[in-house]
Amino acid sequence: MKGIFIDISKCTACKSCEIACAVAHSKSGNLFEAIFEKPAPRKRVYVEPANSHSYPSRCMHCKDAPCVIACPNGAMKRDEQRGIVLVNEDRCMGCLMCAMVCPFGAITLDSEKGKAVKCDFCTRRLSEGKVPACVEACPTSSLRFGELEEMVKEKRRTIGASVVVAAETAKENL
Amino acid sequence: MLTKEFDKATQVLIDRAHSLGISTGVDRLSAQQPQCGFGQLGTCCRMCYMGPCRIDPFGNGPSTGVCGATADTIVCRNLLREEVGGASSHVGHARHVVVTFKKMLEGKAPGYKITDREKLYEVAAGLGIETDGKDEKEVARMVVEKALEDLSRQDEEPMNWLRFRAPKKEFELWKEKGLLVSNAHNEIEEAMHRTSMGNDEDPVNLLLACLKIGLVDGYAGLHMATDFHDILFGTPKVKKIEANLGVLDSDMVNIAMHGHNPVLSEKILEWSEKLTDEAKAAGANGVNLVGVCCTGNELTVRNGVPMAAHNLQSELILLTGAVDAMVVDMQCIWPSITRIADCFQTRIITTESFVKMQGAVHVAFEPEEADKKAEEVVRLAIDAYKQRKGKDVFIPEEKSIGLVGFSVEAILDVLKKINADDPLMPVIDNIKNGNIYGVVGFAGCPSIKLRNTLMTETMVKELLKNNVLVVTTGCTAHICAQAGLLNTDATEKYCGEGLKAVLKALGEAAGLDAPLPPVWHMGSCVDNSRIATLLKALAERLDVRVSQLPVAGSAPELVQEKAVSIGTWLLALGLMVHIAPHPRILGSPVATKVLTEGLEEITGGKAFVELDPYKAVEGMLNHIKAKRQALGI
Repeated sequence: MKGIFIDISKCTACKSCEIACAVAHSKSGNLFEAIFEKPAPRKRVYVEPANSHSYPSRCMHCKDAPCVIACPNGAMKRDEQRGIVLVNEDRCMGCLMCAMVCPFGAITLDSEKGKAVKCDFCTRRLSEGKVPACVEACPTSSLRFGELEEMVKEKRRTIGASVVVAAETAKENL
Repeated sequence: MLTKEFDKATQVLIDRAHSLGISTGVDRLSAQQPQCGFGQLGTCCRMCYMGPCRIDPFGNGPSTGVCGATADTIVCRNLLREEVGGASSHVGHARHVVVTFKKMLEGKAPGYKITDREKLYEVAAGLGIETDGKDEKEVARMVVEKALEDLSRQDEEPMNWLRFRAPKKEFELWKEKGLLVSNAHNEIEEAMHRTSMGNDEDPVNLLLACLKIGLVDGYAGLHMATDFHDILFGTPKVKKIEANLGVLDSDMVNIAMHGHNPVLSEKILEWSEKLTDEAKAAGANGVNLVGVCCTGNELTVRNGVPMAAHNLQSELILLTGAVDAMVVDMQCIWPSITRIADCFQTRIITTESFVKMQGAVHVAFEPEEADKKAEEVVRLAIDAYKQRKGKDVFIPEEKSIGLVGFSVEAILDVLKKINADDPLMPVIDNIKNGNIYGVVGFAGCPSIKLRNTLMTETMVKELLKNNVLVVTTGCTAHICAQAGLLNTDATEKYCGEGLKAVLKALGEAAGLDAPLPPVWHMGSCVDNSRIATLLKALAERLDVRVSQLPVAGSAPELVQEKAVSIGTWLLALGLMVHIAPHPRILGSPVATKVLTEGLEEITGGKAFVELDPYKAVEGMLNHIKAKRQALGI
């Protein structure tokens, strides 16, 4: 299963992911045309301050998603095959129950359409063999896209290496 | 559909870099993708430490910076600072030449002399200097005084060079609009001042300041530099040259001269010839000086030095392993060159105190010791050759020929053979009857973002097909030379019937055994002044505004801030200026509207952004058509 990993230590708050996200969800798909589109394309990732860091907040596509449970009209659905949560705009009535229960603040209202708007995991881009727009735009690889198992394994190994260094330093100090 | 392919010489060197594991601009551009949207739209502000601030172009985030500046204010301030970067480069270049000239007059720079006396007197007359009863040196001293006045006066009188070189109707228009500038340095200072935190907020006022910096660039930069270059080193005449990377010769001491200022390159050329015997003693067949970028243009139009490479190729030429020394002065010198040179026996030699590079040899070049320093530089190259001798080199085969040196004086010399009393008349007649549908000037750089679409060549060929005469300067001139567009046989190959007939007649008048080429190489990027001189002459001869002429300008592969300030000057003169890629103004609705539409009602100028070469040509042809219709031709 593929997913996006966020490394908070690498986020410089440049907001490149925000712009790329809006452009990826524009009609033209091109920055210089997208800025003139009406309605203006919406971003679905939000860089927020997080103590001394910053955090690119987006839908985490939860396995047991509160938004899916809370939606009174069955508009919020989890696509088990792709492992992502999507809004069915035909069923969404804009009540924002989903936004209220989302633990990440990743869902907002498109006020012009009156529909919930959130990360769709760049479904269109993925079908074209591309990585999600926010990942492609991130200049520091704070956002990474890949096989979850592999990224988790890499994390274990990084942590493991630092534990060994810490243990050896402690031994030397004895 | 556009093909995505570099020209052959460029491509083989990029391939060679890959095979050697050396990174080039192509790799570095790819590593930078995607580039920052705020930066591309001009909506990132770093003017103060409450920021940096960014304006969300989609209205889902902050609409002002911390200080309250809107996207319009931020974009226009950023644009003005780009203009200052460009104008400072050209004014700095011009000042350097003027100061060299002054030192020469004072006997402190014996390596230089007045070469074109006629030009000196023409400039003096244009500046209103009384020359009767004065000797050459006295006249020259007064010309220098006039130049230095434009960099120092505080009386708010218009710059001497502006009064001298501006078309009369445009001068009056700028006066009426309060755009006349007095002292280039004051204007640059004021532009930096007004863009720092808490000053000019009004986007329109900031855009007017951009136009003023455009005038600073045009008159205290380009025109002043060209005039002094010509007086010092001679006014270019038409000559045949060779171009492209194939002009390197493995058995010669190859010196690639890169940068902008002929004050250095002319001396390097002189000593390259003087030290031929030393080069031969080192086992070479001689010294082969070749030109890169705009100093290459300066060398070729005056001396016929081969045009080896444009700016994008300035690092690629080093991959040949055949360059013994690359000698640089100022502007457009990529920091990558020392790292690539390091992989070969190539020496990078810097010469300017404000342009130093880690890993380069620095030879401080001062006009007072021009000969001694030039001799030292050429000796360093010969030494480097000794180490390179016998080692494998890789020189692309590509080499083209063409004509260069179309200064206004050279063009008029040809036209005078047809009509001695009224030399512009043959051109005007042929514009009227449609044989010359219009004229387009190409200037600026090769963009690594557009080079593989062959943007410049494609546009030029489309225009020629439509009987539009093309003039060019700077690195677009290198591109045209490499594509064979400066050669006489290009007229038959690419031009529409009307333009072909005119160029054949002109070729005959010039005493060539062939037509004139369809693209006229008018010089380096400061020599955009020559294009403006031609426009002034045409507009004044017809008693119309420049904006009424069926002409346009294009920076089809914009890279440098210098192209932004030149482009703004052309907007002030009333031209349509085509630009690609996107200028960093689109984040501001006001800047976008004013520069692409509103300005047309004031000066007649307008910016035209189009990345597709065919659509760009279509837009320019429509513009020319409208101008022709308005003139009733």
